[in-house]
Amino acid sequence: MAHDGGLVPLRRKVQLTIDGAHVTATEGQTILDVARSLGLDVPTLCFAPNLSPANACRLCVVELEGARTLVPSCARLVEPGMVVTTDSPRVRDARRMVLELLAATVDMQATPRFAEWCARYGARVDRFGAPEARAVVDDNALFVRDYAKCMLCYKCVEACGDDAQHTFAIAVAGRGAHATIATELDTPLPDSACVFCGNCVGVCPTAALQFRAEHELRAAGSWDETKQTRTDTVCPYCGVGCVLTLHVQDDRIVKVTSPSDSAVTHGQLCVKGRFGFEYLGRR
Amino acid sequence: MDLKPIDAIPTDDERAAVDHVLAARPPTRDLLLPVLRAIQARVGWISKGALAHACARLHVPPAEAWGVATFYHLLATEPSPRRVLHVCDDVACRARGSAQIAESLAKGASRDDAAWKRSPCLGQCERAPAALLVQAGAPPIERAIGPIDAAIAREAIDGAPPTTPASSGVHQPRESLRLLARVGVVDPESLDDYRAHGGFSALRRAHELGAAWVIREVTDAKLLGRGGAGFPAGRKWAAVAQQPTSTRYVVCNADESEPGTFKDRVLLEEDPFAIVEAIAIAAFAVSAARAFVYVRGEYPLAAARVEHAIAAARRRGLLGDLPIEVRRGAGAYVCGEETALLESLEGRRGEPRSKPPFPVERGLFAAPTVINNVETLAAALLVVRDGAEAFTAIGTAESAGPRLFCLSGDVAHPGVYEAPMGLPLRALIELAGGATQGIAGVLLGGAAGTFVGPDELDLRLTFEDTRRAGTTLGSGVVVVFRDGTDFGAVLHGLAGFFRHESCGQCVPCRVGTAKLDELLARVRAGAPDGSWDDERARLRDLGHVLREASICGLGQSAASAVESAARRFAIWPDVGKREEDR
Ligand SMILES: Cc1cc2nc3c(=O)[nH]c(=O)nc-3n(C[C@H](O)[C@H](O)[C@H](O)COP(=O)(O)O)c2cc1C
Ligand code: SF4
Ligand code: SF4
Ligand code: SF4
Ligand code: FES
Ligand code: FES
Repeated sequence: MAHDGGLVPLRRKVQLTIDGAHVTATEGQTILDVARSLGLDVPTLCFAPNLSPANACRLCVVELEGARTLVPSCARLVEPGMVVTTDSPRVRDARRMVLELLAATVDMQATPRFAEWCARYGARVDRFGAPEARAVVDDNALFVRDYAKCMLCYKCVEACGDDAQHTFAIAVAGRGAHATIATELDTPLPDSACVFCGNCVGVCPTAALQFRAEHELRAAGSWDETKQTRTDTVCPYCGVGCVLTLHVQDDRIVKVTSPSDSAVTHGQLCVKGRFGFEYLGRR
Repeated sequence: MDLKPIDAIPTDDERAAVDHVLAARPPTRDLLLPVLRAIQARVGWISKGALAHACARLHVPPAEAWGVATFYHLLATEPSPRRVLHVCDDVACRARGSAQIAESLAKGASRDDAAWKRSPCLGQCERAPAALLVQAGAPPIERAIGPIDAAIAREAIDGAPPTTPASSGVHQPRESLRLLARVGVVDPESLDDYRAHGGFSALRRAHELGAAWVIREVTDAKLLGRGGAGFPAGRKWAAVAQQPTSTRYVVCNADESEPGTFKDRVLLEEDPFAIVEAIAIAAFAVSAARAFVYVRGEYPLAAARVEHAIAAARRRGLLGDLPIEVRRGAGAYVCGEETALLESLEGRRGEPRSKPPFPVERGLFAAPTVINNVETLAAALLVVRDGAEAFTAIGTAESAGPRLFCLSGDVAHPGVYEAPMGLPLRALIELAGGATQGIAGVLLGGAAGTFVGPDELDLRLTFEDTRRAGTTLGSGVVVVFRDGTDFGAVLHGLAGFFRHESCGQCVPCRVGTAKLDELLARVRAGAPDGSWDDERARLRDLGHVLREASICGLGQSAASAVESAARRFAIWPDVGKREEDR
């Protein structure tokens, strides 16, 4: 992950063209960084600003002049003279198909903006069949894992491993269509290396990983993000001073996150900041 | 990184298997696959206790080790019989009746200690239908057998000593050949015999004329990679040599898993010293510190012969201080993709990396790395020995040199054939004794390649001609199909292959290959989802997203053979031969 500690080397400027606009970017930026800075709405699923690019969903692909195939804008670094098109028919067709293929195999209903993108790209979500049901893994007190909603974006693996937590409790197992996120031999989380930091839950884009409060509210049909307020505070538990965002619905803290651009946390917390609100609620 | 160990105890056998691999070397992460392979070879499957011991010795997080163990299809993570016959169920063997063998085996009684399994192409297509017998133990038995019939297969499962294939599958007179000149002529286990046939003269010449000369000569020879992508070998070597670093690697890609391909196996088994010499030349040219040969897991004899050749050459002082190590795959076609191969070598799941950066910049252990196909290296050896001019005198201006082709399916004499680039396809098939019956189509380049029709046999086999014709030489695969072939079944088989082999990393390929397989099952069953026009639209869309948005060549080419067949053959049940997309 790009945690810039210490001296920042001088970055060169890079000239390129995106959707006809000549832009000056900085070496080390991705095509996505630059496109977004121009206000272009490139859809992404597996990308997160605080994780290294997993480059797995391929929803963010764009056309790059001279390249044989489309390229992932989230992972491809800018180079001088690039000519990029972010919304050609070739791009739109590929994005539409990524959406249709995901909808055919994963329950994407709780994924923010998924329906909007399907409409934008004309994706017919039932054209390649419907996802199979899978039992929810409910093996600990703090969060549940509903892998019917897992799109294999790798974010939780990265958050648990190299990019944040360095616990490596979960990884991708199996191959191809059989690939899943798993602990070794599908060991229950409390018996695995998991330290219940909840960072995996924090990065999951599809709500495959849900804090217990969210899971209960969703099951009861009363989860409603429009009714939720978000309040930033500082974690009271230790001297690090992590920024906490409390998500409150009906006077109850239903989720604790941290801003991914926070210089202290980069979006990652520990078990106390993430789950200590149980204690706040009881006070 | 504080690891939480797995709470399980290994058996003595499991412990011994792991400890044997780590006996004389530091326990580094890249040894995870060798360690898992060793457990599999000794016990027949990887138990919880075995995994626990592997993780503890290598200091690998258990979840990651589990991810690696479940990635490779030759590693079993559930209790499995000691003896397994892997019966090839792929394109060339199906053309020779493997489906009937599988059907007959499926009817037979099952046993506790032995089983059979369907396998993707085993790289023994000239002996189709082929099988690989694996029996766990100390030492394990690993033996290729073929051609088989149902009776031979059953005997092998029941424990009869496997028959070893007799011929090398090379039928041309050797005097006219270069790449295959020594195959079946020299004793592959004798360094003296190899040297008596001119062996190690090219390495000596390289040392005399210098690294820069070698790179220039390989560049001037216009040697294009033989692994499928056709990248100029000289440019690759030059790029690695120029990197400002002290650590560089050479990796020989001997993963050969493209269905229909077996040329590299023949070179490795019958002329292993040549590959070792070629690796030494490449390493000298780019000043590599270390070299690896990644041999597919299904090639036990090739791995053993190369290991023997390395040891013999080292004892004789021919390799200087260059360590060359053989590493074996464990059943994963995608590990032939160069960056997946590097991941596998590093002890991780064989998931291709995002390129750029390319391996010449950031390869094995993040160091600049030359990765070349076996045949490319064999051709480079010729270039250094005979000079660039002699090499470019063969072939065409854009496609220099001789090339190996793997002929299988409905030809009289399946095998590896050496031909100058530019030979027409028809003449190549004649070299193999011609088709056994009228030709309905030919699969060029393997599962990742394309079909050509009987009206396209005048195609000259060069990079430029095949590109112009919208097809590919790929890894030199030529599978011939006779009139009356059920292409619905062939295509369904190819789609099933990609579904089985997708690494699963990217959505277009993980889901797209499965949906392509389902689509072809419907085509075969004559039962469309909606109308056949709906199905045609699905195929077009799947082809688009696979080709355009997949990370690696596996997904990018997964629909190419099917799409090419749809343009040429009557695959849709609702109409006869359609030429709509031509
Ligand atoms: C799915 C896939 C499988 C591949 N398998 C092999 C293989 O088994 N052997 C090989 O040499 N190249 C294989 N390649 C090509 C390699 O990625 C790479 O281009 C090659 O090893 C480079 O060597 P060359 O330039 O000498 O051909 C494969 C590529 C893909 C996409
Ligand atoms: S809660 Fe933390 S330690 Fe546990 S799996 Fe998630 S990221 Fe890993
Ligand atoms: S569980 Fe969530 S974060 Fe993890 S891979 Fe699946 S979708 Fe991504
Ligand atoms: S194209 Fe297929 S094999 Fe290649 S990275 Fe994607 S999922 Fe893996
Ligand atoms: S957002 Fe770029 S590949 Fe997923
Ligand atoms: S060995 Fe059976 S198809 Fe190659």
